[in-house]
Amino acid sequence: MNMICAINISFAEVTKILLTGFGETCLLFILTLVCALPLGLLVCFGSMSKFKPISWLMKTIVWIIRGTPLLLQIIVVFYGPGLLFDYPMRSRFIAVLIAFVINYACYFSEIYRGGILSVSKGQNEAAQVLGLTKSQTFFHVILPQVVKRIVPPMSNEIITLVKDTSLARIIGVIELITVAQQIVNNYVILWPLFYAGAFYLIFNGILTLLFGFIEKKMNYYKI
Amino acid sequence: MAILEVKGIKKSFDSTEVLKGIDFSVEKGEVVAIIGSSGSGKTTLLRCLNFLEFADEGTITVNGDVLYDGAAETLAKKKLRNNEKLLRKRRLHFGLVFQNFNLFPHKSVIANLTLAPILQFKSDVKAAKKAEAEAKRALKKATDPEEIARIKAELAAKAAHEYSSVEEIRAKALETLDRVGLLEKKDNYPCELSGGQQQRVAIARALVMNPDILCFDEPTSALDPELTGEVLKVIRELKDSDTTMIVVTHEMEFARDVADKVIYMANGVIEEEGTPAEVFGAPKSEKTKAFLSSRQNNG
Ligand SMILES: Nc1ncnc2c1ncn2[C@@H]1O[C@H](COP(=O)(O)OP(=O)(O)O)[C@@H](O)[C@H]1O
Ligand SMILES: [Mg+2]
Repeated sequence: MNMICAINISFAEVTKILLTGFGETCLLFILTLVCALPLGLLVCFGSMSKFKPISWLMKTIVWIIRGTPLLLQIIVVFYGPGLLFDYPMRSRFIAVLIAFVINYACYFSEIYRGGILSVSKGQNEAAQVLGLTKSQTFFHVILPQVVKRIVPPMSNEIITLVKDTSLARIIGVIELITVAQQIVNNYVILWPLFYAGAFYLIFNGILTLLFGFIEKKMNYYKI
Repeated sequence: MAILEVKGIKKSFDSTEVLKGIDFSVEKGEVVAIIGSSGSGKTTLLRCLNFLEFADEGTITVNGDVLYDGAAETLAKKKLRNNEKLLRKRRLHFGLVFQNFNLFPHKSVIANLTLAPILQFKSDVKAAKKAEAEAKRALKKATDPEEIARIKAELAAKAAHEYSSVEEIRAKALETLDRVGLLEKKDNYPCELSGGQQQRVAIARALVMNPDILCFDEPTSALDPELTGEVLKVIRELKDSDTTMIVVTHEMEFARDVADKVIYMANGVIEEEGTPAEVFGAPKSEKTKAFLSSRQNNG
């Protein structure tokens, strides 16, 4: 992209450049979700474990991750291995992805935990009395009810994730805001930044519709 | 021989002793009503029978098999409660109908009934296949005719399921729903039913598992007064078809009419036990007299 000498840039060209950044944003978003959703469940099981050291460890991790800025976590994951173990992170993208997955897994784990705790003890006991095993109880009785309860808080968190992807630029990952900022700097025009904002807005609008649809789909029963 | 024999059941929570040595027995086809003021340990007793709690001491014997022995359980470091398969098998001798139904809200009525038996059937089939493969391997090696006969007998025992197909389970579930008068609600969800209907579904769900003894914990306490009748009617009909039942209830009239035996519990012991005529007509214990008269005053 040789933009340095240009004086003028068309809307189509801006769109093309922003789309490349948006591709990176989307990739980060999807990979984070795919990894953090199941990892969150594991963290949740850990923090609910009857084995105290595990639950204590998980709760401490969740406390640290939720209690510190994501920005800081990205920096630590990227520079930490190099400074501490003399083993520098090769890929900036992977570093950001790891930080995001850990961060979001911790938030998701708390949502799962709330969902599991909100299913009454009676459901568990009814399943036990009918001879279901622990895993059958979890997958056939508890989890479906948890899913229904966690859709609203999950959708909030996932929409926040879309916007949080812009933090990736702190260690030089080229995402949507990064490329918009480059255009702004090179051509001394402001509107590409607003245009980038519109990308987030539309993406989140689609997600909101999708979650609304899922919520409606699960309205066939009340709890 | 009694179908159920309970001996010396004791249960404490922390330092409070809730059950202080409970002994009773139930004959096949008998209905036992347990009455007593709240906090006397009735729920805890039913929960011990269904292994939702584990008694500290005492034995539970069904059809002559000792299902639970508190002393052995303590000695063996909680052997039973940590053995999921064994626990499940023993637990299924009993069914439990809860005060607040505990239907699965995300499953239709028919799916509430079939969930457990279908899951069980599927895992049985899987286990049987594995056993068959193992037996085949063993048969190839075996030469002794006695050994061969033993392997074949073992295999046959493992292949015997409660139900032989998913269709059979569905048919049984529909038949049971019909029995509680709710066949036309089979595709509804629990939230679309009245409390009385939900409790009847819960009874049907327990019946599909074919328990030896069906326990009820105040099955009508969570219902509006006008809905208790339909649930009690179902229990009456079950008695006519010789279902063995233990019913914890506050409905004295129902206990008097339906029970073969009435047990009055107070402070974790059986204070009095006898036929309805004996307990209601001529109570021996002062506590029983006081309880019954307080009940009558309350209507
Ligand atoms: N899980 C538990 N932990 C501590 N105490 C309990 C527990 N379950 C029951 N109890 C106590 O045991 C006593 C008997 O309770 P319960 O069996 O429910 O009586 P009932 O059903 O006759 O009303 C009550 O005092 C109750 O507070
Ligand atoms: Mg009770």
